[in-house]
Amino acid sequence: MKSARELPMGKATRDAYGEALLALGKEDSRIVAVDADLSKSTKSNLFAKHFPDRFFNCGIAEANMVSVAAGLASCGKIPFASTFASFLLCKSFDQLRMSVANPGLNVKVVGSHSGISLGEDGASQQSVEDLALACALPKFTVLSPSDEISCKALVNLAAQYVGPVYIRTCRPKTPQIYSTGKTFQIGTAEKLREGSDVTLIATGLMVYNALVASEILQGNGISAGVIDLHTLKPMDEAAIISAASETGAIVTVEEHLLSGGLGSRVAHILAENKPTPLVSVGIKDTYAESGSAEVLFEKYGLTPEHIVFATNQVLKHKSR
Amino acid sequence: MDTVAILQNQAKILRQDIIQMIATAASGHPGGSLSAIDIITALYFKVLRHRPLEPEWSDRDRFILSKGHAAPALYAALARTGYFPVEQLATFRKLGSPLQGHPEKGKLAGAEASTGSLGQGISIGAGIALASRLDQKDYRAYVLMGDGESNEGQIWEAALFAAQYKIDHLTVILDRNRQQLDGWTKDILDTDSLAEKWRAFQWHVIEIDGHNMEAILSAFHDAQTVSGKPTIIIAHTTKGKGVSFMENNLEFHGMAPNAEQTQLALQELSA
Repeated sequence: MKSARELPMGKATRDAYGEALLALGKEDSRIVAVDADLSKSTKSNLFAKHFPDRFFNCGIAEANMVSVAAGLASCGKIPFASTFASFLLCKSFDQLRMSVANPGLNVKVVGSHSGISLGEDGASQQSVEDLALACALPKFTVLSPSDEISCKALVNLAAQYVGPVYIRTCRPKTPQIYSTGKTFQIGTAEKLREGSDVTLIATGLMVYNALVASEILQGNGISAGVIDLHTLKPMDEAAIISAASETGAIVTVEEHLLSGGLGSRVAHILAENKPTPLVSVGIKDTYAESGSAEVLFEKYGLTPEHIVFATNQVLKHKSR
Repeated sequence: MDTVAILQNQAKILRQDIIQMIATAASGHPGGSLSAIDIITALYFKVLRHRPLEPEWSDRDRFILSKGHAAPALYAALARTGYFPVEQLATFRKLGSPLQGHPEKGKLAGAEASTGSLGQGISIGAGIALASRLDQKDYRAYVLMGDGESNEGQIWEAALFAAQYKIDHLTVILDRNRQQLDGWTKDILDTDSLAEKWRAFQWHVIEIDGHNMEAILSAFHDAQTVSGKPTIIIAHTTKGKGVSFMENNLEFHGMAPNAEQTQLALQELSA
């Protein structure tokens, strides 16, 4: 693939979601949508405009929204329920648990403005624990796409798949990592770069930062592979174990708390199957604050340079 | 016998099932099961359009027991209408049984939602009724909730939502037995003036004696004729109704009767 710095700027994954949902709505009348007064932000408004009879704005009442979606799904509809990731997972967790996950209903929930990259609105709107919460729900599939192409593809796959799915989208525009027409599978990680010294496993917006980091590392004589782990659950254990076998060192990168997300889950798989030196890049047991995405990534340790630093750490463990 | 007498007799049998089931399990919630059973009997034996031998029939009315702790009442009705053999009631709360402590959709044919975490049933029922409307069907959602359950914020989210979308195929029955686990509802979070509250939320409100079979049937009939708004039937009931020493006795909110109490209760109910 091209050098990361040469990748064209693409749409935000939330925009990709909105477009994919609209297209799905045109193909399948079972697709319906609910939102909690944030449809202009989550981009479910595209669907709402075309299908006003199949869209239900639930107002600022997330618990009701999720259970309404469960009722719709129990009668054969394929509801997509969207709001900010923080409100979706934190305010309606029990509804996700008992209305949706327990019976395993075919509800798709979409959390936009995830991580800290939504920026200026600050900690109440930022979502640093949604992946941990979503992964804790039995029967749920958890998706975290890295660009518009993978987001659209994964939204389509989620609609075809029968069962509850959480899809994490983000506010800012992101570089287009994949080419149009690229196909994906739920649960199958994408190896973007081969490497021999270390593998960087990233998810969401951090995939791009991992690609940039791998190029910096290359300049330092370190061969770093890059994997896009777009499905956090079920996790592609084979890809993780084989990366550990091939390179002997792993760095995970996520825009999320270190606890309970990508790093924790990869560590668990490695510890049980192939103990391997690992360093995780993510947010360290804190809430963030207002600021641009750029300055927040810098302050909370999510830049390519932070990934390079973590890689140097893990390589020290490897050589011990 | 006329319909009302048949239903009254049926409710008596279901009350015995409830006592037997909870006694056998040595745990469960007799008080709230007995307060709701006349309503549930009316629904399963008269009001609901359902096919016990074809539980997934797509045009069926859906009943959701939002106050999931009254599971014995639901299970007795399902068994006695033929969803599963009556003998299976003895497995209530036992390992591997489809008759979980609180109902779970997917484990038991006829359980339309997984309830027990209070507050979610009305929202689920609203979603069901919306699906009915979208598909231009006529099936309805019936949701039975508790008055203690009215403490939950989600109830009021759902109240606003169902009125906003004029969901007239949603009928909620409020089992107004005036008690919740820790005491009288008025002493915990005062839920007096419930009728005024629901009217203010733009619902069609009917108040009845929840143990008067004729009144119950007439309320359901009334609800079916309302268009453009959801209906709530506030059913004034007595916790533990039908067993003298359980009536209005808070101890039997969530406690099984012992052997002697079981025998006494069954004697009273078969009289």
